[in-house]
Amino acid sequence: MSAPEKTTTAADGLPIEAKPWPRRFHQASWDEPIIFDLSVPGARGILPPLPEAGVTALVGDPAAELPVGIGRATLPALPEMSQLHVVRHFERLSQENIGVDLNIDIGQGTCTMKYSPKVNDQLVSAPSVADTHPLQDPSTVQGTLEIMWRFERMLAEISGMDRVSLQPGAGSSAIWANVAMIRAWHESRGEGDKRDEVITTIFSHPSNAAAAKVAGYRVITLYPDADGYPDLEALKSVVSERTAALLITNPEDTGIFNPRITEFVRVVHEAGGLCCYDQANANGILGITRARDAGFDLCHFNIHKTFSTPHGCGGPGSGAVCVSAELAPFLPRPTIERGEDGLYLDNDRPLSIGKVRPWYGVTPNLVRAYAWVMSLGAEGLRQVAETAVLNNNYLLKKVLEIRGVSAPYASGQRRIEQVRYSWEELTGDTGIHSEQIGFRAADFGTHYWTSHHPFVVPEPMTLEPTESYSRDDLDEYTAILAKIASEAYEEPETITTAPHNSTIHQMNQTALDDPDRWAVTWRAYKRKHLAG
Amino acid sequence: MLDAVDAASTEDFYAGVPDEIRLKRPLDLPTPIPAESDLVRHVQALLARNTSTRDVISFLGGGCYQHHVPAVCDEINSRSEFLTAYAGEPYEDHGRFQALFEYESMMGELLLRDVVNVPVYDGFQAGGTAVRMAARITGRRRALMAASVSADKRSKIGDYVRPDVDIELVPFDLETGRLDLAALRAALGPDVACVFVENPSYLGPIEIDGPEIVRLAHAAGALVVVSVDPSTLGVLAPPSSWGADIDCGDIQPLGLHQHFGGANGGFIASDDDPTVVMEYPSRLFGIAPTVVPGEIGFGDVAYERTSFAVREEGKEWVGTAAALWGITAAVYLALMGPQGMCDLGTTMMARTRYAMTRLGSIPGIRIPFASTPHAKEFVLDVSPSGRSISSLSAALRERGIFLGIDLTQEQPGLGEAALVAVTEVVTQDDIDRLADACAEVLQ
Repeated sequence: MSAPEKTTTAADGLPIEAKPWPRRFHQASWDEPIIFDLSVPGARGILPPLPEAGVTALVGDPAAELPVGIGRATLPALPEMSQLHVVRHFERLSQENIGVDLNIDIGQGTCTMKYSPKVNDQLVSAPSVADTHPLQDPSTVQGTLEIMWRFERMLAEISGMDRVSLQPGAGSSAIWANVAMIRAWHESRGEGDKRDEVITTIFSHPSNAAAAKVAGYRVITLYPDADGYPDLEALKSVVSERTAALLITNPEDTGIFNPRITEFVRVVHEAGGLCCYDQANANGILGITRARDAGFDLCHFNIHKTFSTPHGCGGPGSGAVCVSAELAPFLPRPTIERGEDGLYLDNDRPLSIGKVRPWYGVTPNLVRAYAWVMSLGAEGLRQVAETAVLNNNYLLKKVLEIRGVSAPYASGQRRIEQVRYSWEELTGDTGIHSEQIGFRAADFGTHYWTSHHPFVVPEPMTLEPTESYSRDDLDEYTAILAKIASEAYEEPETITTAPHNSTIHQMNQTALDDPDRWAVTWRAYKRKHLAG
Repeated sequence: MLDAVDAASTEDFYAGVPDEIRLKRPLDLPTPIPAESDLVRHVQALLARNTSTRDVISFLGGGCYQHHVPAVCDEINSRSEFLTAYAGEPYEDHGRFQALFEYESMMGELLLRDVVNVPVYDGFQAGGTAVRMAARITGRRRALMAASVSADKRSKIGDYVRPDVDIELVPFDLETGRLDLAALRAALGPDVACVFVENPSYLGPIEIDGPEIVRLAHAAGALVVVSVDPSTLGVLAPPSSWGADIDCGDIQPLGLHQHFGGANGGFIASDDDPTVVMEYPSRLFGIAPTVVPGEIGFGDVAYERTSFAVREEGKEWVGTAAALWGITAAVYLALMGPQGMCDLGTTMMARTRYAMTRLGSIPGIRIPFASTPHAKEFVLDVSPSGRSISSLSAALRERGIFLGIDLTQEQPGLGEAALVAVTEVVTQDDIDRLADACAEVLQ
């Protein structure tokens, strides 16, 4: 797809003129009140069952007999609404949201916004998944256990590791599980107190640093060298007998693969530390290179990123931790084991870190991900990686044709699955900041994301096209960025007053940092701003 | 497309990956099933080995409940716009921000709290964070926890807080099932950050001594953290009303399927005290005006406290957790309304008491803690029958009944015991069938 040719239109308006490029967009804007303002006294949305006469005859009304102060004195002030009005309200809100299914969702770099096949959603809505209890007898849930067991084996093969746990609730929960295992492993060797430092990199997800801190570690953060790689010399200068582990991502958010990664592993191993690979986003390297082959002891995957499960507005996600045989005894309990009578859950694991979350993992996403891998196989997964990387390098070439943008580090080199760009030049020329470009991008129905903090790359923008998008899609997204960049130079007020075509207009967010003015609930808003 | 980027093949893109760590063979994965129809048959054949709780009468609970899931909940959380979106910004994903603000607000009404977080992963995580928040606020490092808390939850919270907080268990009274107040008094001291109790407790009794627990804890300068089941709050007073400081728990009962224990969201709630608010690690969505009169926008309240903003200098961490389940719980609470939540609690309490009475009258069955009010769950002990609880469970399973959670490992002091849940989907007929089957098996 490219800019359409000009057509000539007659007085009756036919033929209809070609569409402009990029497309015009306006998001739904229902001006929907907060739900409490939709309340109508006495309206009901759904009726729960009432106690049967035989029940009441035997036991009366126990709720009414609760001691004063223990029973609820007044009904909760929830909205009162008919079912239609509840449906209408939330369907309107859903229209004021944009998911992968609606547009080219490549602007949330690092998040791997790929298509989630609908059939997998259908599979997990079946009662055989949705309406099973975690503690029903294992003999009655062999199907789910079989899927989880097989999916564990798949991830073991994809990572090269020996054992896998699917328990973590999402990526940061998996990072936590790995840090907890690292801590337990050192403690089991009598070095828990001595090894009190964790090393990570600034381009690794903030949760690597934050989870390590929660686990009691002092966090050392490496910055990139001039070429954008984590600084190996800096690593050598901080690694010591106090090093518990290295938590490192590869490729980092820059999309540059660290070619000295085995050297990083060697340096840390020689000092007695463990090496943990953050493979939250492994989309560009499936079947290409594996964590264990690079010498790592642990790694994790975000199932909602690489393995296609939908992101749900920010969860439920799903995380998997994969470890070497030496770390396997420390995995969260229970593990799934195969016995003579089928699969069973093994809680008898004395070295285990215990529970990371209730039960066994985000089951619906595990079933979805199993089906996704089964639909692709080894060859298909490799095609996922190669297509994602091809898309990224194509996008890189197109984006760099836009005035004012650059791709810092590793100039001229290929990238893996994403790129952290910089609008530094455009900001210098026009005063327009990356965040403002994001506000304007909303006018085209697209997401846009800058970067995690701190902004090591000035005026950052992080794009990750994944395998799901076509060349036309990438051209369209690039055309949007090009138009916004052109506006920055030609008519900056269009950007400084954006968004114009979104659900809402520019906000004043100053109250969000003021304890006297912020309102996290409607009742707080009423108390602070509507009372008297 | 390769031509467009001057690449001979996709191999060019991997030039930076050293040869020694390249995988030089295909991954060893099962033969793929590319046709959608075949894939459906394959997965369904595996899942056919499961028995759904819809196919039996299930009394399983213990933190994962078979409540009725209104059709509207599934309808809204299946909407592509919500299901496939992610961490959008307020301008293009306004709907997500408003829906989650409304979730916070409706939970706030249920809990009578001005501050409720965007959900974390689950109730265990919420409990761990609530304990850590209490320790940060008080500057103390001992936490007293009711010994009735499930072994799994104790495991998670204990491992999560241990660099900074020492958890000590306070026994429960074997007659009443409630916290042993004498033991609590003895354990409290100037180094206690918080007392952590559940209402109702994992074992079922309602903690009717809550106000006294708060009085004792506050006298020692400790905070009170209460893990509460939100489905009971149509009939139970929220912990805030008896003076507790931080609430936490799981939203699974609010419109989420059981999903083999895989559908959870954790809430944390408190009063709007900035000292407390600044200790939340979670996102807190708040209201913001726009340039258009009457238009409502949203954004992050006090973002600088989060790990997103300041990495390890933030409070714990924040990340992808359970937003869609938060939206689902909002839909659930809007459907139920004040009267629906009241009816739900009333029905569960009545049927639970009915089940305790019916089963307690069967020779060989003992119902401990029967003198204490229960909300939706109770303990059943078959020690007097001489049978093991596992053999009773197995016999009932053959009769199409899933009894309850076997407690013999985690609470051996309770005998041959199971934890039996009675939600609103369990009818009087179901309870009568359970009672008849128990009488028959134990005869």
